[in-house]
Amino acid sequence: MLPPVHAQSLVARLIREDWGRILSSLVSSIGDFSLAEDSLQDAVVSALEVWSKDGAPRNPDAWLITVARRKALDRIRRSQVADRKSSELALWLEQHHSDPEDREMSIPDHRLELIFTCCHPALEEKSRVALTLRALGGLSTEEIANAFLDKPAAMAARLTRAKHKLGAAGVAFKLPDPQDIAERTDTVLSVIYLIFTEGCHATNGEMMRENLVQEAIRLGRILTSLLPDHAEAKGLLALMLLSDSRRLTRRGDSGEFVPLEAQNRARWDQARISEGVALTETALRRAPAGRYGLQAAISAVHAQAKSFDATDWPQIVALYDVLYARFPNPILRINQALALSYADSPEAGLRLLASVEDDGKLASYQPFHACRADLLARLGRHLEAAESYRAAIALSRAPEEASFLETRLSALRLN
Amino acid sequence: MQFMCLIYNAEDNGPQPGTEEFGPYMQGYMDFTEEVREAGKLLGGEALQSVSTATTVSVRGGKTEVVDGPFAETKEQLGGFYILDCKDLDEALAYAAKIPDAAYGRVEVRPVMIFD
Repeated sequence: MLPPVHAQSLVARLIREDWGRILSSLVSSIGDFSLAEDSLQDAVVSALEVWSKDGAPRNPDAWLITVARRKALDRIRRSQVADRKSSELALWLEQHHSDPEDREMSIPDHRLELIFTCCHPALEEKSRVALTLRALGGLSTEEIANAFLDKPAAMAARLTRAKHKLGAAGVAFKLPDPQDIAERTDTVLSVIYLIFTEGCHATNGEMMRENLVQEAIRLGRILTSLLPDHAEAKGLLALMLLSDSRRLTRRGDSGEFVPLEAQNRARWDQARISEGVALTETALRRAPAGRYGLQAAISAVHAQAKSFDATDWPQIVALYDVLYARFPNPILRINQALALSYADSPEAGLRLLASVEDDGKLASYQPFHACRADLLARLGRHLEAAESYRAAIALSRAPEEASFLETRLSALRLN
Repeated sequence: MQFMCLIYNAEDNGPQPGTEEFGPYMQGYMDFTEEVREAGKLLGGEALQSVSTATTVSVRGGKTEVVDGPFAETKEQLGGFYILDCKDLDEALAYAAKIPDAAYGRVEVRPVMIFD
C-alpha cells in the first residue's frame, strides 16, 4: 500500500491516460461492451472510496481491472437475465478472479480492437465519433455532449444505443478481417479527422470544442503507435500537428480571424512543425501518397516558409494537382486557385475557379465566393469583388468569419 | 450467431425475366446458395412471390381485418431472404454483399433472436 495521496487526482489521471487500455482489456476478456464499461465505472467509484481511505495500490490499472471484473459478476448476478451467455460469463469471472493487490498482473493492450469496434460502419457516423471519444479518450458523456453542442441526455442515449447495437447486432471485438482492413482503417482515420475538424470549427470560448483538436491529436498518436507501418495514419497525425502549429496565431486579441498572410510566424509552434514535417516525410515515402499525407505536405510547405511571400507556391500548386488527380473534389480547386494566384497570377487563379464553377454545389459554398472575391479585389475589379464578398458574408456561419470579410469589403473602392 | 438477410428491391429494378441478364442473375443466386451451403452457413432461405400476391392481416378488438397488399406501400419490397449461421456481423455482411440483389437493391442484415 502507498500512503493515501490524492486518490481523486490519481483516478482522474488514470481515466485520462489509461481508460482506453483498461477498457479494451476488459471488453476483450468479458466480451460485452456495455457491461465492461458499466463495471469499469463501478470500479472507478470504488477506487475513489478505497484509495482515499487505504491509499493507492501499487498497480492501479490492475486493481481497476480486477475490481471491475468483480463488479461485472455482481451485475450479472443482480440482473434477472439468466441466459446461457451470461451464466458462462459469470462462471468465467468466478474462475478468473484475482487479487487487486497483484502487482505482476499484466494488462494486454486491445486498444486497436477497441478503435475498430467503436468505428464500426454498422454504427452511425456521429455515434462512432462519440463512442471513440468515450472509450478511447476517456471523455465523459457530458464533455462529449458539450463538444458537439448536444444535450447530455441525448448524448447518453446515443451512446447507450450504440453500445447496445454492438452487442446485439453481433459486432465482434476483434481486428477486421484481412479483406476489410484497408477500408475499415480509412473509417477510423475519418472518425479521428472528423473530431479534429469539429474542434477547428470551435468559436472563441467553446473550450470543450477546442479540446477536440487535442483529443484528435492524442487519438492520432495512439493510432500511429498501434499501426506503426500505416502511412496514412502518419499522414493524418502530421496534418493535424501542422495545422495545430498555427492555432495561436489564427485569431487576434479580440478573437478576430487572422488570415495566413497576416499571422505572426514567430509564434508558430516549432515543435509541432518539426514533428509534423518528419511524419509527412515518412508518410509520403510509400507510393501512392494518400489524401492525408498530401494535405500534410501542403501544410508543411506553408509551415516551413519563412514568410508569406517566401512560400513555395509552385510546389503547393503541384501538390494540389497530385491530390486532385487522385481525389477529384472541386473544393480542392478553391485552395489551389489561391495558391496559383501567387505562383502565377490572380487571373490564372480565376480561370481555375471558373473551371469548377459549373459544379452547382459550389454556389452555396462560402470559401468559393471568399476566394473569388479576394482574387477579383487583387485585380482591381472592385465592383465584382464586392458582389462575391457579399455572397460569402451571407454564407458565413461563424461571426468572426463574416466580420473579417466585412472588413475586406469595406476596404474596396466602390465608386 | 444466426443472421437473417432480407432482400429488398423494387420489382421493376434489376434483371427482368425474358432479358439477357436474367439467366446470369438467377445463376448468381444458385451459386450463392451453393456457396453458403458448402460453407455450412445456410440455415434457410426462400424467394417470395410478387408483392401483388401479398395480403395483410391484423386483429383489433377480436376482429380480423384482411387487406390486399403488403404491410407498407414502399417502392422497394421484400423479395426473399436467407438465414445464415455466421461467426459475427462482419462475416454476415460479407455474405450479404454477395447476394445478387445487393447490386441492384439493398440487403438488410438482422441477427435472429435466440431464446435459451
